[in-house]
Amino acid sequence: MAVKTVIEAVREAMREEMRKDPRVFVLGEDIAERGGVFLATDGFLKEFGPARVIDTPLAESSIAGIAIGAAVNGLRPIAEIEFADFVWPAMNQIVGEAARIRYGTNGTKFVPMVVRMPYGGGVRGGLYHSQTIDVVFAHQPGLVVIAPSTPYDAKGLLKAAIRSDDPVIFLEHKRTYRLVRGEVPDEDYVVTIGEADVKRKGDDMTIVTYGLAVHYSLEAAELVKDEGISVEVVDLRTLAPLDRTTFLESVRRTSKALVVHEDYHTYGVGAEVAATIAQEAFHDLDAPVTRLAGPDVPAMGFAPTLEAEFMLSPEKIATAIRELAAY
Amino acid sequence: MPFRIKLPQVGESVTEAVIGRWLRKPGDHIEKFDPLVEIVTDKVSMEFPAPHAGTLTRIIYADGAEVPMGTVIAEMDLDDPSVDTGDEAEAQPAGAPDSSPEEVGRVGRMVSGANVGPTGGVFADATRNVARQDAEPAQPAQAARPDRGDLSTRFSPVVVRLAAQHGVDLSRIAGTGIGGRVTKQDVIDASRRGAATTGGEAAEATHVAAREPGPGESAAPGDRTVEPSPVRRMIAARMVRSATEIPHAWTAIEVDVTNMVLAREGKKAAFATRHKAELSYVAFTLHAIARALRSNPLVNSSWQDGKILVRGAVNVGIAVAAPHGLVVPVIRDTDKLTIAGIARATAPLVERARANRLTPADVQDGTFTLNNTGALGSVLGMAIINHPQAAIMNTEAIVKRPVVVSGSGGDQIVVRSMMNVTLSFDHRVIDGAEASRFVQDVRRNIEGYAPSMDIGD
Repeated sequence: MAVKTVIEAVREAMREEMRKDPRVFVLGEDIAERGGVFLATDGFLKEFGPARVIDTPLAESSIAGIAIGAAVNGLRPIAEIEFADFVWPAMNQIVGEAARIRYGTNGTKFVPMVVRMPYGGGVRGGLYHSQTIDVVFAHQPGLVVIAPSTPYDAKGLLKAAIRSDDPVIFLEHKRTYRLVRGEVPDEDYVVTIGEADVKRKGDDMTIVTYGLAVHYSLEAAELVKDEGISVEVVDLRTLAPLDRTTFLESVRRTSKALVVHEDYHTYGVGAEVAATIAQEAFHDLDAPVTRLAGPDVPAMGFAPTLEAEFMLSPEKIATAIRELAAY
Repeated sequence: MPFRIKLPQVGESVTEAVIGRWLRKPGDHIEKFDPLVEIVTDKVSMEFPAPHAGTLTRIIYADGAEVPMGTVIAEMDLDDPSVDTGDEAEAQPAGAPDSSPEEVGRVGRMVSGANVGPTGGVFADATRNVARQDAEPAQPAQAARPDRGDLSTRFSPVVVRLAAQHGVDLSRIAGTGIGGRVTKQDVIDASRRGAATTGGEAAEATHVAAREPGPGESAAPGDRTVEPSPVRRMIAARMVRSATEIPHAWTAIEVDVTNMVLAREGKKAAFATRHKAELSYVAFTLHAIARALRSNPLVNSSWQDGKILVRGAVNVGIAVAAPHGLVVPVIRDTDKLTIAGIARATAPLVERARANRLTPADVQDGTFTLNNTGALGSVLGMAIINHPQAAIMNTEAIVKRPVVVSGSGGDQIVVRSMMNVTLSFDHRVIDGAEASRFVQDVRRNIEGYAPSMDIGD
C-alpha cells in the first residue's frame, strides 16, 4: 500500500471528489494560483479551471458566507480558512447561520459545506499561526467537527465530509501535514464520521486524544512500554458528534483514563470526556480521570522555549502516564 | 535488503504467540513451505512454513519468546530477490526524503527531519529537541510519585466493587499504589492468591506463602526442576484462569449405555470398511450432548463481562491428549450432524491433534467441551471448565455392573453396561437445577439409543 503524508491525503481526497462530483468546488485565500499556503490544492486550478477553484479576497466572513449560499443552493463547497487563527471573522456565518439552517427551516434546507482549517502549533507559528480552536465549534450543535491524525483517516474522513449533507469543520493539524506518514489505499474508501478508533491496544490505562497528540501519545506509550506500563490509545477522530462508546468501553477495562490534547485545558474536550467517564464508568475507575492539555494562556509564544513549554511532547505525556500508572 | 519474516496472524482474537522451537538455524538453506518454526498460541501450536526460498540469516526471537502478531521474527536472503513478496510497505517510495525501513501501517508514524512549516519550506524544527531537554526528568522515580499522603484506606470505586465481587478483605492487602493505595491490580492478585476473607488463618497462610515462595521447597535431595514447555505454560495459564475466574460446581449421574454399546458393536465393522475410520462411543455421546445443548441453551453459553452470551451455534470440542499436551479440536455445528457425520468429522481432527498438526480453525469457536476420560480408565472426574465456556462434561469408563431393573416380573438383578457422566459448570451462569436438567437430557438421549438404530450413515 502506498505511504503518503497527511497533506497528500487531504489533496487526494479533494481531487478525487471533485473528479467524481461536479458540484464540488474549492474556495479560499491563495488556493488557486498559489495552490494554497500548504499546497493542499496544488495543481487544482489547471485541472478544474477557475470556475471550481476560486481565489477569494482576504475576508473569511465572505468565504464562509459564499460557501453557505452555494451549499444551500445545491453545490458542495470546500472552503479553506488559510489558518484556523483567521476564522474568527467567519464565526457569525458558521456558528450563527450554517449550524442552524437545517433546524431553522424545519429540515427543508441544509448546508453540505466543508470548512477546512489548518490548526495547531509546533511549527514556530507564533500567536497568529498556532491557535487551537477545536472546542469552539465542537460546542455548537448543528456542526460536525472532525480532527484526524493519520493520512488514512484524513483522506477517508474528508471524503465522508464532502459527501455529508451537513456543515463540517475539518481540522487539520498543520504539524502532521508532512511529519506523519502512513499507508493510504489506492481504492475509493470513506471513514465513518463519528467513530473513534483504537490506535494502540493496552491494559493499564486509556489515553483519549486526537490530532497530532495521537502520535505523541503513541510514542509515549512506546517510551513506557519497557517499564511494564501497557497503554491503550483511543483516537477520537471526530469531536462532534463525540463517540463516547469507544473510550468508555476501553476505560471500563483499563480503569484509568488520561485525556491528552493541545487545545486549552479549561472547558476543553478533556472536560467533556472526563465528565462522561465519571458519569458512565464510575464503578470501574481506579484513579482520578486526568487531563494533560495546553496551558490557559492567550497564545503560543514564538520563542522556541515558550513554544516547547506550550506544546505537548511524548516526554510530557510519558511523565503523565507514569504518574497515573503509579497511582 | 534481507527479507523480513513476520509472525503471521494466526486465528481470530489471537494477539500474540510463543516461539516454540526453531526448526532451522541461521545459515540453513530453506525451500518455500519448509517447516521453519513452531508457533504456540493459547489455542494451538503449529509449524509455520518458510514464506520463500532462500537462506535464513538471522533469528531475532529465540525459542520461548513471546511476540505479538506481525512482529519480525527472523530475516532471510531470498534466492530470487525479484520475487513478489506481496509486501508493498517494504517498497521505498521513490525519492521520498525520509523513507524509513520501519513499516508505518495505517496508524502511521512521525518521520524525523520533516519540514513542518507552511509549504514545507526550510524550517528549523526546534520544538521536539527543546521539549526533550526540558522534560528530561532529573529524578524520574520521584516525579512519577508525588506525595499525596497516606491513601492506604482510601479505596477507588473499582477496588470496592471487585473486592465485594471476589470476597476480598481489603484490610489484608498491602497496597502497591501511591501512598500505599490498594490498586485494582492488587485486588485481582489477591483474589487469585485466594486471600479471601472466608478462610481466616488459612487465607493468611496462603497469602504469606504466595509472597515468599519457600526457597527450601525444591531443595530436597532427589528433587529436580523441570522447565515447562511453552505449551505446558500456556495450559497452566489457562487452567489457573478458569479455576480462579469461574466458580465451578459439579454434578454426576449414571447412564445405562447397554444399548449404545450394542448399537456400536453392530455398526462399527460396516462403518470402518466404508469410511476407513472408527465409529467410536464419542460419536454417540457427542450426538446426545449436542441435542441436549439445543434444548438447554444456557449450558451452551459463556459468562462475559457480567453478561451471559448464549451461543447460537453448538460447536462441541473434544479434549485430546496430544504429544505436547492437551488440545481441544472443535466439531462445528455438532447438533446438525448425524452420529455417522460426527464420527466422520471427528476422525481427521483427532488424527491431526495427535500428529500435532491442528490449524487455528480446528480449535476455534468451541461452545462446550467433552472430556472422554473413560478412555483413560477414569470412573469419576471433576474437570476444569474450558474458559470461557459455561460447562464441560466428562464421559467416564463404561463398566459392566449388576443393576436392579424393574420389569413385569418384579425387580431383578441384571448385568448392564454403565457409564458415569459428570458435569462441571459455571455457577454464575446456571444453577444445579439447569445442570441436572441438562445431564438428564443427555442420559435420556443416550438411553434412547436402540441396537437397530439408524446412525445416519
